[in-house]
Amino acid sequence: MQYQAEVTIELKSGMLDPEGTTIKRALEHLGYETESVKTAKKYAIILQAGSIHDARETVEEMCQKLISNPIIHNYSISLRELQ
Amino acid sequence: MSIGIIQFGGSNCDLDVLHVLKDVLGVDAELVWYKEEDLKRFDGIVVPGGFSYGDYLRAGSIAARTPIMASIKALADEGKPVIGICNGFQILTESGLLEGALTTNIYPKFRCEPTFLRVETTDTPFTSKFSKGDVLSIPIAHMEGNFYADEFTLSMLEGNEQVAFRYVNRDGKATDEANPNGSLENIAGIVSAKKNVLGMMPHPERASEEALGSRDGLKIFESMVEYISSQ
Repeated sequence: MQYQAEVTIELKSGMLDPEGTTIKRALEHLGYETESVKTAKKYAIILQAGSIHDARETVEEMCQKLISNPIIHNYSISLRELQ
Repeated sequence: MSIGIIQFGGSNCDLDVLHVLKDVLGVDAELVWYKEEDLKRFDGIVVPGGFSYGDYLRAGSIAARTPIMASIKALADEGKPVIGICNGFQILTESGLLEGALTTNIYPKFRCEPTFLRVETTDTPFTSKFSKGDVLSIPIAHMEGNFYADEFTLSMLEGNEQVAFRYVNRDGKATDEANPNGSLENIAGIVSAKKNVLGMMPHPERASEEALGSRDGLKIFESMVEYISSQ
């Protein structure tokens, strides 16, 4: 089966997000007041796996070994089967 | 004695390090393309700066997953000295050879300028020729140099005297103004628990000749060479 995983990588809470802070300031220049702006990265991965469970396990491993840095990041995965 | 300088796609301080080791210090040094896996002939390794793999994903993350890293780890496990400079420091943290992580500068800008560093310990193969508290002038050139570690790791680094260099002002004070990137505790460089792996964001190879305005970085390489000779 073919699956598509969307992986979102975010900085752990409490960590500085200088890019988010800069965007927040730029929004203020445009007249928008915000409580906070946080940045995240999203990766779309298409893979073959025996089941959605196997696909999740594989993508979890990818996140732990490469896509995120566990010292500074949290990650979340959303999976769907491709027709 | 021979020192290997690792080249990844996008390394760009490799030739500067080679020049300092060979021409300034007269040491046998050699460039090593990252596809080589046998590093046994080397007594020490330098992972130079640059933008390996375009800083894709995270600075240093791709280079850290290449097979040569296992050989560098094996060499470090034998107690041989390994220095990672700038992108090299990022690669060493990404590969787990050093603690912590290097994240985007607190003001997210590429900063290329001279900085002052204070020598925090002389009990490493890279700082033995300094005196504790020496203030050095060595430039930085990076956008992801903001050193981060969780509280436990940070207290361990401080407790074990693994902080090698801190950003300071001209008078040797570790102030916020002297911190160019937001690094915790003004940390500019750390060593491994066994002290034979050093990572630092500033570029000692750019401060190793009078013509460049400072020779303060040279002693780092001299210390490393002296350490290798004494083994």
